[in-house]
Order: sequence, then C-alpha cells, then structure tokens
Amino acid sequence: MTSKAVTSNTMLRWGLYAVLILFALFYLMPLFVMLTTSLKSLEEIRTGSLLSLPRELTFAPWAEAWSSACAGTQCQGLRPFFWNSVLMAVPAVAISTIVGALNGYVFAQWRFRGANLFFAAILFGCFIPFQVVLLPMAQMLGLMGIAGTIPGLIFVHVIYGIGFTTLFFRNYYVTIPQELVRAAKVDGAGFFRIFFAIFLPLSLPIITVSVIWQFTQIWNDFLFGVSFSGPGSQPVTVALNNIVNSTTGVKAYNVDMAAAIIAAAPTLLVYVIAGKYFIRGLTAGSVKG
Amino acid sequence: MPILEIDHLQKAYGDTHILHDINISIEPGDFLVLVGPSGCGKSTLLNCIAGLEPITGGTIRIGGRDVTGVSPKDRDIAMVFQSYALYPTMSVARNITFGMQVRGVDKATQAAKLAEVARQLQIEPLLARKPGQLSGGQRQRVAMGRALVRDPKLFLFDEPLSNLDAKLRVSMRTEIKKLHQDLNASIVYVTHDQIEAMTLATKIVVMKGGVIQQIGAPAEIYNRPANMFVADFMGSPAMNLIPAQVRSEGGQTRIEIAREGAAPLVITDPVARQLPAEIVLGVRPEDIHEATGSAHLPGLAQGAGGEVMIEIVEPAGADTFAVTHLGGKPVTARLRAESAVRARAMFPLAFDLSKVSYFSPENGERLN
Repeated sequence: MTSKAVTSNTMLRWGLYAVLILFALFYLMPLFVMLTTSLKSLEEIRTGSLLSLPRELTFAPWAEAWSSACAGTQCQGLRPFFWNSVLMAVPAVAISTIVGALNGYVFAQWRFRGANLFFAAILFGCFIPFQVVLLPMAQMLGLMGIAGTIPGLIFVHVIYGIGFTTLFFRNYYVTIPQELVRAAKVDGAGFFRIFFAIFLPLSLPIITVSVIWQFTQIWNDFLFGVSFSGPGSQPVTVALNNIVNSTTGVKAYNVDMAAAIIAAAPTLLVYVIAGKYFIRGLTAGSVKG
Repeated sequence: MPILEIDHLQKAYGDTHILHDINISIEPGDFLVLVGPSGCGKSTLLNCIAGLEPITGGTIRIGGRDVTGVSPKDRDIAMVFQSYALYPTMSVARNITFGMQVRGVDKATQAAKLAEVARQLQIEPLLARKPGQLSGGQRQRVAMGRALVRDPKLFLFDEPLSNLDAKLRVSMRTEIKKLHQDLNASIVYVTHDQIEAMTLATKIVVMKGGVIQQIGAPAEIYNRPANMFVADFMGSPAMNLIPAQVRSEGGQTRIEIAREGAAPLVITDPVARQLPAEIVLGVRPEDIHEATGSAHLPGLAQGAGGEVMIEIVEPAGADTFAVTHLGGKPVTARLRAESAVRARAMFPLAFDLSKVSYFSPENGERLN
C-alpha cells in the first residue's frame, strides 16, 4: 500500500469517527438536558440556560420525585407505582417467556397438522393494534373479576407478549437439528423431558432476547396501564404522566425530569446488563450437531 | 426366531408412496445394510423400524414381538444418527448415561456400564468434555457409545460415517465391523455407499424408489445382481452393461456386440441358453482379462473375446484400468498393474463367461 493510500485511509477513518460522535451527541442531548435539569434548583432553571451545567448540585428534586411528588391528590411520589410496575412486569415477563418457549418448541420440533396455520394466527397477534382490543379486553377482565388489578395487567401483557416470544423461540429452535429430538425419543425421553433437559439449557441467548424485549414493552407500556389499572394498581408510566400533568402553580421541571429518569431507568439498566447477549441472541443460531 | 421381521410394510404421505410392500427378515447376529441412491426410502425405512415415523400398512416385529404401534422407547432399540445428535449441553458421560437416567437405572449400574463402554470405545479421557470440544471421529465414538450402553435387541445406524473424512471413514468402518463381531449384535445399517455395504454386511437390501430390488448376501448381490439397477449400483468401477444380439446355433450361444468402425465382436458362450434376440451383457471389469497368456484361467473359454481398440489407460497402482467402446457403451477392464496395454492401440481382451450376467433390455431383469 502506498503512503498516499494510507493517508486517505486514515482520513476516511477520522471522518467516520467524527460523524459517529456527532450522531452520538445528538442522541445524548435530551438525556443530558434531563440529567442536568433534574440536578438544578427551580431558581437556577428559571435564570440559567437550558444547556448549562448546574452551578450547585441538588438532589432534592430526586427525593421529591421518588417519595413526595403529587399525582392528583395523592402525594407519595413515584415509589408505590414503581413497585406496582415491578410486581406487574416481573411475572408478566416470566410467564410470557416460558409460554413462548414451550410454544416455539412445539412449532419448531413437534410439527402437527395445521401447525403453520396456528403459527400464522399467533404471529397475527403481534400486529393487532393495542387500541382495537381495549374494549373487549376490559369486558373480559371484568368477567374474570380481575379488572383494575395487577393480576389483570399481568394477564393482558402475557397475552400480548406470547406472539413475540413464540416467534423468538420458534425461530431459534428451528435451527436445532431434528435428530436431537429423535435421539432423545429413542433414549426414552418424553415431550417435557426433552424440553427441560435438552432445549432449555441451549436457550440462554434467546431467553435473554425475550426477557429484554418483553421487559421493555411491559415496563414502558402506558395505554394498557392507564386503561386497565385501578387507583391502587397504576404502573409507574401512568403515575409519571399524572405527576407531570397535575402540578399547580410553578411547573417543577427538575422534579419532572427526575421522575422521568426514574421511570426509564429499569429498562436502560436491563439493556446495559444484558445488551450484548441481546445482539448475540438475535443473530446467533444454535449449536451445530 | 428372526430378530427383525418386516411384513408387507407400506409408507405413504397422502398420495405419495414412499415405501412399497417391504418384506425383510433377519436373524440374530445379522448385519443388514440398506443401500440405495438418495431418495430411495432407506432412511425412511430405518425410521419406521425405529418407530420415529408411523407406517401406513404392514407389521414390524422385533425379537418376535409386534411393535408396529409401539413408541421408539419401548422397542428395545438403539440408534446412531448421521449428525450424531449428541446433546450439546451435556458432557460425554451424561450423553451416554442419559438414556439410563431417563429409564431410572440406578447410579451404580450407570457408572459400571459407562466405564465398560468407555473402555471398549477408548473414550475414557473424553468423558468430561462437551460434544463441541470433540473431533468428528470422537463424536462418532460417543454416539456409538450411547447406543452400545443400552444393550438393545437391535442397533440402527443411519449413515453414521458420511460426515467423516475419507481416511477416518475407512478406519471407523473396520471398527464397526470389529464391534459387530465382538458383540455379535444385530444391526440394521443405512448407507448410500456401496463399498460400505459390501464390506460390512452379512445381508444387503438394495433399494430404489421405495421398492426392494434385491436381498442377499454381499457375494450374491455382487455376482448375481437381480437386475441392471443393482448391477450398475453395486461395485466400483460399475459393471459394464453392453447391448448385444444373440444367435443360438448348435447348442452354443453366439453373442454379437456391435462396434464402431470395425466388424462386430463375436463371443461364444459354450452353455446353451434360452435368451431373447436382444440382451444386455453384464460383465464386471475384473472379469475382463488380457487374452494372451491367460488361457489357463478357469472359465475363460475359447472365443470369449477378441482384439479391441483401447481408448484410455488409467494406472491405479494395484490395477490398471483400460477403457474401450463396445455396443456404443464405454467398457472398463481391470487388468494387472504390469499389463502392457497402451492407449490408442489394439489389445486382446477376453470375457470370463462363467461370471457374466445377461439382462433383458426391456425390463432390466436378470435372464441367467
């Protein structure tokens, strides 16, 4: 390679980095504004510039957002609603992932008559807009006696999640050679034995994908939360909305920002912890025989 | 009592018939090889024997017991798969003991059997490893270990050597044969490789299009193929199949083979045979000899050959192959390595008429 080519190659590289850094900054800007605003006093927000760093750090807005901000007439902060979200999201993610894994295992390895039709129907469920099911679902929850409760929300999210989790697991298990199931059958193992002893131990990458996807969907959901929750069972997204919308007098931007970050933190955290498995699980096939 | 009896087995997917009226019976200790080109139904038949594919008609008996509707686990069989199908997350030891564990065999027996099989297959150092850390040959051994440890009535092998490289394949072939002799096990083995079939089998089933073409001992299949398909499929290089005309005169059979640019080659079979006017002469390459100096060979009658134009000479070390054209078909002769045969020259060849096969050109069936 000539020195000229090396120079142009290096310049290309720097140009690339410059563009990438620019985009990164662009995307980070709102987070930066949120973070700095949440650490400023109201006085400083009024007088200072939007983009400037806080002159004096204060964590009072965070404390207020967590435990004393008012949503309507209740002034308990986000805390009780945050726990509602945890109580809703954890079981909903776990159940939809387990059901999706079993469904995917059947669709990939235990083909039955009409399996394609069933799979198409389940996939179709992924594409039904939330708004369409609001009324029938409300009626259904009422009939089941779990309207306005956390179990009701879990039920809704499990139903809505199964389409996606089934798709994930089915596409993953399809890459596992059928001979594995045949060998296990000859060895004497049955349907569940084969699933738990052979398929589940292979599934860590796709379980990670399913958990991240489902957790993000369920935690961030607002529409189901606002439609199907009662006074004591509202998830954090609904509470955030209420806090931001029900301030009287001066708008406490710093508290709103802190509350928004608190509400968004768990999904960010899950992605930071398990993100690399997410990419790996989406792209990787399984083990070759 | 036969260890495996297949009676009028039929297999169809809707209107597509995969297997037609299969009848096979083998004795304990037999090594049955199902051989045929891909798509002939041999693997499907094996899966039917295993119970992994339901059958449409007929019965299957293993060890005298009707297992037609019985699930694979209750058929007292063990199977080795083409891809080995080792459980990827389990160690070698657990792979081998998984079947016993499922069946609730106690730990002490499991350990004893594992140790015995590991010694037999020389895989003791590998027991703690995962399948991903093994070479192809090692995986093959583990897959066999998983079958051996079960001590079943019948072993099923589905193309177990086809994923190995050529050299390893030959050595594993010898090992499987040795294992069969040591254990006196009953085996059904599927392959598309006719050499594997010849070397391993005590009994061969040649299949094509879901129909059994011939069942017999390897020597019988090789020397007396039932039709032109079997003749062509078994043996390498393949049997020469030469179109010819027949004239019977004076208790002898005169066979004329057309040649390009020369008078027909006329050979005389001293045996009087009832043959139609048009036949296909089947002759193995090793049954075509150098005519000069080989008149003493048994079965090599006078007038069983002539001078032919040699087109290509392929020295292969142990033998030399000479290719000529007879009846419009290339004909290969397997000659001695030190033969003086030259390409683009006339050379005297003679057919060993005691070993030739005659086929009908209409339906391909054997005539003699």
